Amino acid sequence: MTASPLTPPEGTAAPIREAALGRVPGRAPGGRAGGASVEATGWGWRHASRAAWALRGLDLRIAPGERVLLLGASGTGKTTFVHALAGVLGGPDEGDSEGRLLIDGAEPESARGRAGLVLQDPDSQVVLARVGDDVAFGCENLGLPRDEIWRRVADALDAVGLDVPLGYPTSELSGGQKQRLALAGVLAMRPGLLLLDEPTANLDPEGVVEVRDAVARVIDGSEATLIVIEHRVDVWWKLVDRVIVLAPGGGVLADGRPDEVLALQGAALAASGIWVPGHAPEPPARAGFRGSELVRTEGLSVGRRPGVVLRSGIDLRIDAGRCLAVTGPNGTGKSTTGLTLAGLIRPLAGVVDASGIADGLGAAPLSWKSRELVTRIGTVFQDPEHQFVAGSVRDELAVGANAIGLDAAETARRIDPLLERLRLGGLANANPFTLSGGEKRRLSVATVLVTRPRLLVLDEPTFGQDSRTWRELVAFLAELLDAGSAVVAVTHDTRLVDVLADDELRLEARP
Amino acid sequence: MSVLTPVAGAQAIYRVNPVAKLGATAILSIALVLSIDWVSAAVALAFESVLFLFAGLSLRRIALRTLPVTIAAFFSAVTILLYGQPSGQSYLQFLLINVSDGSIELAIATLLRVLAIGLPAVVLFVTVDPTDLADGLAQVLRLPSRFVLGALGGLRLVGLFIDDWKSLELARRARGIADRGRLRRFAGQAFALLVLSIRRGSKLATAMEARGFGASNRRSWARESRFGAPEVGLLLIGVVVAAASVAVSVATGNWNFIVGG
Repeated sequence: MTASPLTPPEGTAAPIREAALGRVPGRAPGGRAGGASVEATGWGWRHASRAAWALRGLDLRIAPGERVLLLGASGTGKTTFVHALAGVLGGPDEGDSEGRLLIDGAEPESARGRAGLVLQDPDSQVVLARVGDDVAFGCENLGLPRDEIWRRVADALDAVGLDVPLGYPTSELSGGQKQRLALAGVLAMRPGLLLLDEPTANLDPEGVVEVRDAVARVIDGSEATLIVIEHRVDVWWKLVDRVIVLAPGGGVLADGRPDEVLALQGAALAASGIWVPGHAPEPPARAGFRGSELVRTEGLSVGRRPGVVLRSGIDLRIDAGRCLAVTGPNGTGKSTTGLTLAGLIRPLAGVVDASGIADGLGAAPLSWKSRELVTRIGTVFQDPEHQFVAGSVRDELAVGANAIGLDAAETARRIDPLLERLRLGGLANANPFTLSGGEKRRLSVATVLVTRPRLLVLDEPTFGQDSRTWRELVAFLAELLDAGSAVVAVTHDTRLVDVLADDELRLEARP
Repeated sequence: MSVLTPVAGAQAIYRVNPVAKLGATAILSIALVLSIDWVSAAVALAFESVLFLFAGLSLRRIALRTLPVTIAAFFSAVTILLYGQPSGQSYLQFLLINVSDGSIELAIATLLRVLAIGLPAVVLFVTVDPTDLADGLAQVLRLPSRFVLGALGGLRLVGLFIDDWKSLELARRARGIADRGRLRRFAGQAFALLVLSIRRGSKLATAMEARGFGASNRRSWARESRFGAPEVGLLLIGVVVAAASVAVSVATGNWNFIVGG
């Protein structure tokens, strides 16, 4: 058995090393770093700028060494709870708290290093440019001696299976590797409480497995307490021994062994948007017709920079009423292919012939003006925030309509049904940037539909979405397909491919 | 200086503490901005040319990296040549242009000076790794670690901003608003980038805090920033070159103290 960096198993030299160094932060003085206990008594938190409590009246006890999966519909304060345990919610000027929240009987802020947190976004967690330095960062903040730091760095990288040199550039790592790096950085601090806030939500399927396996290896034989937030239950199902479901509005909805909670609450959880095994969303019915050819490519080579070809020899045909899925590992040019088909990036070689939708314009979509493009091809970007340009949801939807010169009445006639259909009606005056992840995704799809393009190009439309938004999006896309649109979906989501795709372009990694 | 990937090389110059490079460049620059004669700059440049050979960088690499400085030096010299304060014999006059003995001398002095200050700064800084510089600033110069590491962490986000900007640009074409109002669109895009960067920045801050950054206890350093013989040596070289160029200039009567003319 390899030594886990969380807590050294009995009989290792670690306690002796610790005695020689005096008090090592993150461990009980003179003893071993057992798992931490968590206790919440009537606990609640409200952000300074909000009227409503993020969560309230939470009563919870988690014993040392328990492995907890924390579930709840979006907006039930899961992230707030975990951030509070990590001591990163901030002081009284950031918000109000009530009740008590304790780690090993102490306030989380005074127990820095006792809890370690891994966040969702791989890119914004990397602190330093070299792998070894990044893992060492937390240990430095704990004030550990230099030789102890580098011992821990080696142990932690070993535990997460990140087999790269210490000087390796962090910018070269894949998403899954970055998340394992973040995990190693936390492990090196030897926390008694490991907190994971949707650590796999932004990863491709390979990355999800990488990170899940790394966590499994780390907690195997360790005594640390684990709390995971995740809306894809099946990923963590086998690793946890307790599931806690937070109730909307505060308190605990269900709490118990995974199979018990699933049996009692499975259907309710699935309805609230959580991916529950055995409660997969129903695939929508499709008429399955095939219309005329809209776009074809011949010998297409794509790339972001002149001379750097990501993929060549792409011959495609996109017909009305059909969905083409572009799949394959990261870095194979999937998104670039999508953007090239959408007339946003210049082909490096070959042709994109969109005469099927050109309607009097030249055959190459790249030659069309921006306002000519929106009535023919609609592109939904992977990050919805990149495509928001207005101050409210309604204005955002009107952008395309204004660009093609629709009058106010026609604009309203097109926008209102979309607001209703995509459950954005109550948010018409909200700022797009303040929406939840699911709402942003639905809005980004709605914005391109206002100008009624025949071809939709979607980059990872279902990425990180809860099962409810997923179901709604898929049903909506199926309707559009049946109404004669074509869809190109760049995606990692095998479920989406199974349910919606008629054709698949699989881009394999090249040796 | 690279933003995203670590800077490393086998030559000795890479291992010299960046703080010493900063110091040597500062000493030389201060000495050279005090006068605008051609002698002090020429002496400094002569020393530097010899020293570059010992830096271990290939001539091609030096020429390539210092190209912007060379171009800048050339253009400032041409400007001074054409428009500089005239004195002595005049060779060419056209509107405001007046090439004279005085402006020729000033142009040569300017060319040499920009090169003498710019070239060593560039050569020393292409060999600086940002992480090492931060270590040096915090450990040797004792600047506050919160400030230094915050800036270092932020530097990493620059690469993401570049990607963001490209996506924002494509997205504006896709939304139908890329045909007109270039200036307004640029402003809107810049604002969107600002919003995105603040969000990324606050996420990074949370991630850093979650790893105990900013806590009240004393921080240790995984990498020792040494300031020993090579560093003192580099500083001394800076002092010697600065002193020699000033001394030769004063001795030949060309020193021309800039303050109070």
